[in-house]
Amino acid sequence: MIRGAAYTVGLMPVDVLAEVVANTPLAPDYNVLTLAAPAIAKHAAPGQFVMIRTAAGLDPLLRRPFSIFEHVRDADGRLVGISILNKRAGAGTARLYAARPGDRLAVLGPLGRPFVPVHPPAEAWMVAGGVGLAPFASVASALADLGTSMTLFYGARSARDLYYESLFTGLGTRLVLTTEDGSRGEPGRVTGPLARELAARPADRPLTIYACGPTPMMRAVARLGDTAGCPVYVSLEPVMGCGMGGCYSCVVPIRHDDAGGTHLVRSCVDGPVFAAATLDWDQLGSGH
Amino acid sequence: MADLSVRIGALTLRNPFMSASGCFGYGVEYADAIDLASLGAVVVKGLFLEPREGHAPPRIVETPAGMINAIGLQGIGVRRFVAEKMPELRRLGATVIVNVCGTTIDEYCEVSRVLADTEGVAAIELNISCPNIKEGGIQFGCSLAGTHDVVSAVRRVTTLPLFPKLTPNVTDVASFARAAEEAGADAVSLVNTFLAMAIDVETRTPMLSNVMGGLSGPAIRPIAVRMVWECRQAVKLPIIGIGGITSARDALEFFIAGATAVQVGTANFVDPFIWAGLTAGVDAYLDRHGLPRVADLVGQLQIPRKAHV
Ligand SMILES: Cc1cc2nc3c(=O)[nH]c(=O)nc-3n(C[C@H](O)[C@H](O)[C@H](O)COP(=O)(O)O)c2cc1C
Repeated sequence: MIRGAAYTVGLMPVDVLAEVVANTPLAPDYNVLTLAAPAIAKHAAPGQFVMIRTAAGLDPLLRRPFSIFEHVRDADGRLVGISILNKRAGAGTARLYAARPGDRLAVLGPLGRPFVPVHPPAEAWMVAGGVGLAPFASVASALADLGTSMTLFYGARSARDLYYESLFTGLGTRLVLTTEDGSRGEPGRVTGPLARELAARPADRPLTIYACGPTPMMRAVARLGDTAGCPVYVSLEPVMGCGMGGCYSCVVPIRHDDAGGTHLVRSCVDGPVFAAATLDWDQLGSGH
Repeated sequence: MADLSVRIGALTLRNPFMSASGCFGYGVEYADAIDLASLGAVVVKGLFLEPREGHAPPRIVETPAGMINAIGLQGIGVRRFVAEKMPELRRLGATVIVNVCGTTIDEYCEVSRVLADTEGVAAIELNISCPNIKEGGIQFGCSLAGTHDVVSAVRRVTTLPLFPKLTPNVTDVASFARAAEEAGADAVSLVNTFLAMAIDVETRTPMLSNVMGGLSGPAIRPIAVRMVWECRQAVKLPIIGIGGITSARDALEFFIAGATAVQVGTANFVDPFIWAGLTAGVDAYLDRHGLPRVADLVGQLQIPRKAHV
């Protein structure tokens, strides 16, 4: 975990052939890969991402984007790498699910614009849906360094899809859990308790919300934050080709005027973290 | 160290490796990672006169050893490019080639005129081959008369080196190279992407919002090499070879087939640091084969005489 680090964002990304130090299975389709990549860990800010080659050959050809999950330190506290939270969904992520310690993967990063952690007296609420938990380990760590009081609203399908609770409680995070099947925490969607707590909170206490998860969830969080008058920042996860701004495939619609005009911007260089109020949530569709 | 410089008409490049248009943004995106001046040239994203939004996502889909894209030429328009990106590209010492698009011949000419008046533009690559827009572009590139008309019209408005970029989506690409040569082109770039399509069989929907797109990457390389070879025999113009290059070895195939220089597109998405290895690999090859210049290799395909049986 980063402790009291000053982040230097916008430094040149590096491409390292990182050794897989550990592959921790979480559930039938989820795993955490720990990668030896000190050069990336040193400069990675919360919410930034890496592009990983899942095969040495030509198939799959393109890299896959992953939020940087944890900053990994050795026993002496030195930064030695990063971890990523992987969900097996296609050919590339299936390879990462099956990766073995000692394997080497090309990892390019850190990339993109980070979450900016708020200082006290402002309070921070993180809202994660499923694998959308990925950016929040480093966000929580940065908030802990600043002494900011924080809550994690964390929703998943069922109890076995909720991970790393102790990591967050260990950093002093208050946890609010929900599951769709009711097997753990409050039954239903994570936006349920979020809406309730937003309505109940004292209006004079500044609050910033950070969200990552399925688009409908983030859209709902954006709306709730807007109604409650607190800023919401989201991390989007569109399909990406290059991660460097070269291909224009990961575009998302932002509002560029008050008349409802929108403009497509690259999520890799203008995001993946966006102020929710700048996005056109009606257009941000299933392609994302 | 062999001489890697190449001449394309009046233009001399320090080495034969360029970024392919649309695969390298406006170049400035990569300035933190690599030295843009170390490339033979930076070919920037296709530009129209006005800004364009492009197609709705999803814009790309991966296919075996390749990808299909339908970006739809999103871009900031030539004037903003000149005002906002050119100063940085000049400062970084990049050799800049601009990919010019148009929906009409007048638009191609107007964009080219703006670039002709801009300091630091080394050449124009005429995009008459984008498969992803409805009007213009490929409609010129798929007709011999259209190709001739666009190239000769732009030829009249600028003395900048002019490289029409040909589409492979025609029966006989060599005849298009000939049309470009007759119209006054200084070189031809080939190939642009192959019109292609991928389907999600579960939902029975196209993988791209635009339904069809252009296939690029290693999957297309053997066809692109063949087309360079065919054009080499049809025209005297220098050829800029493009299609699926991921290594020095791949590039050598293009040189031997008849390309004076090459462009790298999709492979840059996979490895933005690819460039140093390309020049080093070609240099090592030239040393190993006792060749002092990469230019000596161009078109040196040796076809063994058929053995009698
Ligand atoms: C995402 C993407 C965008 C492209 N945009 C352009 C463009 O704006 N103008 C153009 O002439 N070619 C464009 N191309 C075609 C490439 O410049 C190149 O001709 C083609 O991709 C084949 O080379 P490759 O296999 O090395 O990628 C684009 C290709 C891709 C993959």
